[in-house]
Amino acid sequence: MITLNINKKNYNVDVDQDTPLLWVLRDTLGLVGTKYGCGVAQCGACTIHLNGEAVRSCVTKVSRAAGQKVVTIEGLAEKGDHPLQKAWLELDVSQCGYCQAGQVMSAAVLLKENKAPTDADIDAAMAGNICRCGTYLRIRDAIHRAADIQRKGTEKT
Amino acid sequence: MTKPFFKNNLPKMTDQTNSMNRRSFLKSTALAGGGLMISFTWLSAFKSSGKTDPGLPAWAELNGYIKITPDNIIKILNPNPEFGQNVMTSLPMIVAEELDADWKDVVVEMGPHDSLKLGPQFTGGSNSVRMYWKPLREAGAAARYMLMQAAAETWKLPAEELTTHAGMIVHAKSMKSGKYGEFASKAAGIPIPKEVKLKDVQTFHVVRNSKKNVEGLKIVTGKPLFGLDYHQEGMLIAMIAHPPAFGMKLKSFDASETLQMPGIKDVFTQKLYEEGFEQGGFDTRTFNDLLVVVGKTTWEVMKARKKLKTEWEPAGETKDTMGGGGRKREIVVPGDLESTGAQLEKMQEWASKPAQQLRRDGDPETAFKHAAQIIERTYNAPFLAHNCMEPMNFFAHVTDEKALVAGPLQAPGWSEPTLAKLLGLPADKIEIQLTRMGGGFGRRAYGHYLYEAALISKRVKAPVKLIYTREDDMTYGIYRPMYTATYRAALDARKNLIAFHVKGGGIPEHAVHANRFPAGTVDNYLAEGWQIPSNITIGAFRAPRSNFNAAAEQSFLDEVAEAAGKDPIDFRLELLQRAKENPVGKNNEYDADRYAGILKLVKEKSGWGKAENKKYNRGVAAYFCHNSYAAHVVDMVMRDGQPYVERVTSAIDCGIVINPDAATNMVQGAVVDGIGNSFYGGLTHKGGAVEQKNFYDYRIIRMHEAPKKIDVYFVQNDIDPTGLGEPPFPPVFGAVANALFKATGKRFYQQPYIPQLNATPRAF
Repeated sequence: MITLNINKKNYNVDVDQDTPLLWVLRDTLGLVGTKYGCGVAQCGACTIHLNGEAVRSCVTKVSRAAGQKVVTIEGLAEKGDHPLQKAWLELDVSQCGYCQAGQVMSAAVLLKENKAPTDADIDAAMAGNICRCGTYLRIRDAIHRAADIQRKGTEKT
Repeated sequence: MTKPFFKNNLPKMTDQTNSMNRRSFLKSTALAGGGLMISFTWLSAFKSSGKTDPGLPAWAELNGYIKITPDNIIKILNPNPEFGQNVMTSLPMIVAEELDADWKDVVVEMGPHDSLKLGPQFTGGSNSVRMYWKPLREAGAAARYMLMQAAAETWKLPAEELTTHAGMIVHAKSMKSGKYGEFASKAAGIPIPKEVKLKDVQTFHVVRNSKKNVEGLKIVTGKPLFGLDYHQEGMLIAMIAHPPAFGMKLKSFDASETLQMPGIKDVFTQKLYEEGFEQGGFDTRTFNDLLVVVGKTTWEVMKARKKLKTEWEPAGETKDTMGGGGRKREIVVPGDLESTGAQLEKMQEWASKPAQQLRRDGDPETAFKHAAQIIERTYNAPFLAHNCMEPMNFFAHVTDEKALVAGPLQAPGWSEPTLAKLLGLPADKIEIQLTRMGGGFGRRAYGHYLYEAALISKRVKAPVKLIYTREDDMTYGIYRPMYTATYRAALDARKNLIAFHVKGGGIPEHAVHANRFPAGTVDNYLAEGWQIPSNITIGAFRAPRSNFNAAAEQSFLDEVAEAAGKDPIDFRLELLQRAKENPVGKNNEYDADRYAGILKLVKEKSGWGKAENKKYNRGVAAYFCHNSYAAHVVDMVMRDGQPYVERVTSAIDCGIVINPDAATNMVQGAVVDGIGNSFYGGLTHKGGAVEQKNFYDYRIIRMHEAPKKIDVYFVQNDIDPTGLGEPPFPPVFGAVANALFKATGKRFYQQPYIPQLNATPRAF
């Protein structure tokens, strides 16, 4: 039995230690927002936060997450109103949408560490996330927009 | 549940309205309790447009597409499978426009597969909007008419005195007004009008105005939407071990270790088609003999599959029985274990043989004989894998009496008859639920993975989800064919183009579109094609054939323009002027005016020839396909010896644009996709085996390689909408090749381009 803390909630799961966290999320816990794309950390569709770091859950053994803080797209913002989520909607980024949860999760770590990323910062941080529909321009713009929203939100409070 | 709407061919544009069973698709019924929602509870648990669902309201169904509650929630069903082209939003917009609804009141739901009620339900060929444009307008207009009749009866006023405005019925004289919801229940009892008047397109207030993706919020909050997200209690997971190479089959296997692995339920072999099974036109498959592992969870099955001990052997020559198009025929599938080097040599050999003539104008042989200058170039391109982000998968629950299948599928109407035959069930006992697709690009028009899932479920007598890993998806795909084409152009002493010859071939098909530009613009013209049979399975890939032609032909024309000493845009415009004034031959597929229109637009908007753009290496290309026109100017720079596309200007003529911002997004995506595939895309074979397995050896364009800016301009006209998902894609390949020439001084004849940067040019 492994105890996981996912999106501020504790779960006890009875799975093999070497099971990738991705499949525990999807198959065992029904948190299907985290996507399977390649299984070898090449596409970023399965990106989650492990103690605040962006990791590829398809190559992260569940045992590594035991007792750690895991955040998935479902828990990024309780009301689905993270600046990135707002910006994604405002710029209508998605096409098929399959990769977008992973894109948002990668971008969330970037924005946490870099309040005003440049194009080059974004390109570097997002190089591990593939979008087969080619929405990269809008993703880039949406990250800039989210940085704006984040800044303004901070100014207000 | 329903008869297939069409079998093998797309409906002709002119057949659209007639081809729908009008009475059934416009059937109206007053429903109490929203019973139709139940089968979709897993999807509809999350509401569109952020609107609160009132639970089980009394939906008044005005026709197959429209339901309205008394408190004015207007539900519009999207009939067509969604794979990122945004039909979930754009098709309901068309209904809402003619209904004259307020978009804020609209909630959208994906329709079930029900072709009698919802029409063709086919995603592909850039057809969604084209084929639904008139039927959906009529559905909206008919419902609006019925609501007005109901209000007239209620108010005891003449219907002619009523008008509508954004979901309200208004009687101006008496200042009376009411929302649609108030009249919906009564309207459902009003007979469907035999004729309805459609709006003047100039008065549109929903269509031609950008609306946000109705599933945007669900996408960014990780709600279950896709086939891979589909879940049913007690569902098992299945995976297939397939032969390591095309041309191989299973000889023997030992599953003893696999069966002892935790969670594993069963291992067995399964034939997809029994010998002599008559396949439909789109029933291509990859491998027929499947070795299946079924277990409890994905990871358990993945791990256990690796423990299988398998022996494979050459399958030799096999036969497929095809029944598509009402014509039963046998196709011989060669047994070769193909390799890319040998494929190229074979293509070179076949290129010099006589080929099938596809079109001839004038006397090309004589014209070439008398030419002052002849330019001859050969282009080729590899197989491509679709690499949809969501790998192939399908859910199936098959019992002796019925089947429920759910997943990502572009053409449910094509798959249903075969599925019924394979399962021995009548079509009305088969329910197909259509999930959102994580990409499609043509790949999901081929339902073999659905059949596989259903046969597995039938065998294990349980609900099953079949999953392809990325490696499965890449190595047993339905690929873009391998193409080649040799172009020849003859110039006279004054540098006029006097003859044009294209001879195209491929494995297993050629790509020549004989009646497209520059056919019609040159007096002496010859188009020929040849094809080499193969056991590698191929199918539609975003703008099939066009995606190669536009690369080859548009690169070639660039070189011909250079030889003629002309600007590449002016050169094309001169040819199009000829096609307009005095076209050569018959059956020219394109409209010369619209073609010229996008070239002029892209010339203007890109600042073609302007001094401030000198810093860029600029390439231009234009192409016609799916009844639409697209041109791009690509601005390239070199950094550290590598080419980067910095900026792209696109001009598109696809008639009326339904949802401008989403359409712009799709064009931008097509440009990025085109750059990616032309730079890096390629699938090779060795001994029949696909050499690429995953994204570490099949390169996909990434963010830092995408342009910083893509400006998209649509020609403004009132022509009925034509295709958009595909048309912007093909000309990117040509524009990139032409920009590469400017950047490197070298012509690129072989795709993908990046590996050719430092390679010695070769004819093949």
